[in-house]
Amino acid sequence: MTSQSLSSGNNRLRSISTMLGRINFIVVPLLAAILGLLVGAVIILLLGANPVEAYLAMAQGAFGTPNALADSLVKAGPLLFVGVGTCIAYRGGVINIGGEGQLVMGALSATTVALALPGLPGWLLIPLALIGGLIGGGVWAGIAGALKARFRVNEVLSTVMLNAIAVQLMNFLLRGVLIDPTELANAIRIPQTQRFPLAADLPRLVPTRLHLGIAIGVAVAILVYLLLWRTTVGYRIRAVGLNLFASRYAGINVNRYQVLAMTLSGALAGLGGAVEVLGVNHRLFTDGSATGFTGNAGFNGIVAALFGGLHPIGTLPAAFFFGALLVGANSLQRTVQVPSAFVTTLDGLVVIFVVASQRWSRRSAVTKAGAATAEQLGHTPTPPGPLVEAAAVPHDAGGPPDSAAPQEAGR
Amino acid sequence: MISELFTLPVVVGIIASGIRIATSYLYAALGETFGQISGVLNLGVEGIMLVAAFAAYYVVHQTGNLMGGLLLAMLVGALMGLFMAFISVTLKAEQGISGIGLYLFGLGVSDVLFRVTIGTPLPINGFPNLQLPVLSSLPVLGPIFFNQNVLVYGAFLLVPVTWFVLNKTTLGLKIRAVGQTPEAADSLGISVAGVRYFTVTLGGALAGIAGASLSIAILNVFQSNLTSGQGFIAVALVYFGAWKPTRVMLGALLFSMVIALQLWIQTLGIPLPSDIAGMLPYVLTIVALVLAARQTITQPTALTKPFEREQ
Repeated sequence: MTSQSLSSGNNRLRSISTMLGRINFIVVPLLAAILGLLVGAVIILLLGANPVEAYLAMAQGAFGTPNALADSLVKAGPLLFVGVGTCIAYRGGVINIGGEGQLVMGALSATTVALALPGLPGWLLIPLALIGGLIGGGVWAGIAGALKARFRVNEVLSTVMLNAIAVQLMNFLLRGVLIDPTELANAIRIPQTQRFPLAADLPRLVPTRLHLGIAIGVAVAILVYLLLWRTTVGYRIRAVGLNLFASRYAGINVNRYQVLAMTLSGALAGLGGAVEVLGVNHRLFTDGSATGFTGNAGFNGIVAALFGGLHPIGTLPAAFFFGALLVGANSLQRTVQVPSAFVTTLDGLVVIFVVASQRWSRRSAVTKAGAATAEQLGHTPTPPGPLVEAAAVPHDAGGPPDSAAPQEAGR
Repeated sequence: MISELFTLPVVVGIIASGIRIATSYLYAALGETFGQISGVLNLGVEGIMLVAAFAAYYVVHQTGNLMGGLLLAMLVGALMGLFMAFISVTLKAEQGISGIGLYLFGLGVSDVLFRVTIGTPLPINGFPNLQLPVLSSLPVLGPIFFNQNVLVYGAFLLVPVTWFVLNKTTLGLKIRAVGQTPEAADSLGISVAGVRYFTVTLGGALAGIAGASLSIAILNVFQSNLTSGQGFIAVALVYFGAWKPTRVMLGALLFSMVIALQLWIQTLGIPLPSDIAGMLPYVLTIVALVLAARQTITQPTALTKPFEREQ
């Protein structure tokens, strides 16, 4: 029995259970995160520190003063861009693990623009540099998308390789053509660019380190929500992610939309990289390591997206939460002598618990909606996320060929 | 200077270090092969390798006991594999992302433990080179194949062993059945979950050896993020090798030879920027993946798909 044969009374039932499902999407990840923090507390205990003291120190460091709060927001920036990009990719059924490389390529492109056009006024230079970031990240992810579409190369693997290549490319350029000319006179050449022209600085919003980039991030999250749920393109991306075969059957060019989802998600990560260099350091530098510039934001952004239920709006508070976690980690080291690498551990635990718990948020939502069968869950490449919201959206009038997508209707 | 690359001692040196470098990739990739053939993608190999590498290094640093370090690394790896199995088999979590979680966890835990206990990357005495009698004095072949440490020999022995287990034993048949048609395997009374628990735990133990081979046999040191992406490369090698142990070995050798070549290019002072040389292995891996994907590969049908009984 499919939901298509159900009466309108059942439709109301379904919308109620959809609501229940939505609550589950919030409650279950929260419980999972708390569980992760509890396991983290055990680890802190084993390290010989007081977990209550440690978590209080983290909270104080992340929210205690207006400056701390601003720092948490700034730290959340790259996570937000990567996270919102992750939402697009996963909704389209492609897994983008390449946030690290895309952040780097976006930052490199923005850096090149900012240094190449020093005479331009800010209102022109900043948008150009940001567009540079979009293109840099988009192209980098597009490579992985094209490799998947054209040669069936697994995108998880290609994006991981592209991460490593991007970092090497950055190191190469920062030691070579992009190096600060004044470093050339020094015995030890620090691999960094010169400071960007002042016109390229993202304006600060309040007298803290909070800059315009964060506001751009919030706007991007809203735009991506509108893209995914209010446009034909977004509808098709989600249809492809929900059921590849049904979408192909319905006449959607599956390859094109997967490449598009990948490219868009990389472009946003690239924008995140651009915002980071233009808003925080005003120059690009490297310590040679893989995570020197990104600080693992390419992975943490995925975590934030997952935590936010793979929904751009949900990703907003999630990115803030993880940004605060990162800022708090610094005071962890200062006050209770727990190495700040502990926060990576905590990240990992939260990811594991949140992913593992999706079984419950997904199952309860799906079974209550009474539509998707276990068989569909087992055999379609479903993104690990809320499937039900698609059911709440009627077929868009704008896409007649797609509205026949049977699986979409079934949910 | 380029011509220096082609002198006999240098070529022998490149091949010998290539074989040594292949060790950690082999353990990790062969372990991953077991899991993937049974239908589970464990993307957390990197994290397992890191924690195990630290565990082995810690034991050797404190006691000098090499076997003790290796055993602890295996145990730690097996436990983390068991954990991954619980998440992906019992809780049916999305495997790619839970693997990333396990990676972040391992990256953080190994770093924290290292900073709290030892803190500075002090070199240790790892497994010594084992010169096989007679064979090691052969010209050319001797220094390449028969003057390596015991973990290197073990890695290459593991290739035929893996092939044998997967293709010639009942256990191997069960593993493949569970990865191809879990429904059929289930109806024949094979425990799909049981087999997958076994393979992922075994893969974890092998990833543990892979980590230990770095910290107590090849590099003989530990530092934060010691493995720097090797676990991910190992997963890629399994795809490249089309789930066949011998092809996985060829992939690992190809990859590690390129790394060895790149290291020798640095040593000989050939003017190729180190960052560009450092890209080579990764570019090569992508090219290899493209080539591998062009053939019709029989990917385990149930790979990354949790098993759900009907009704």
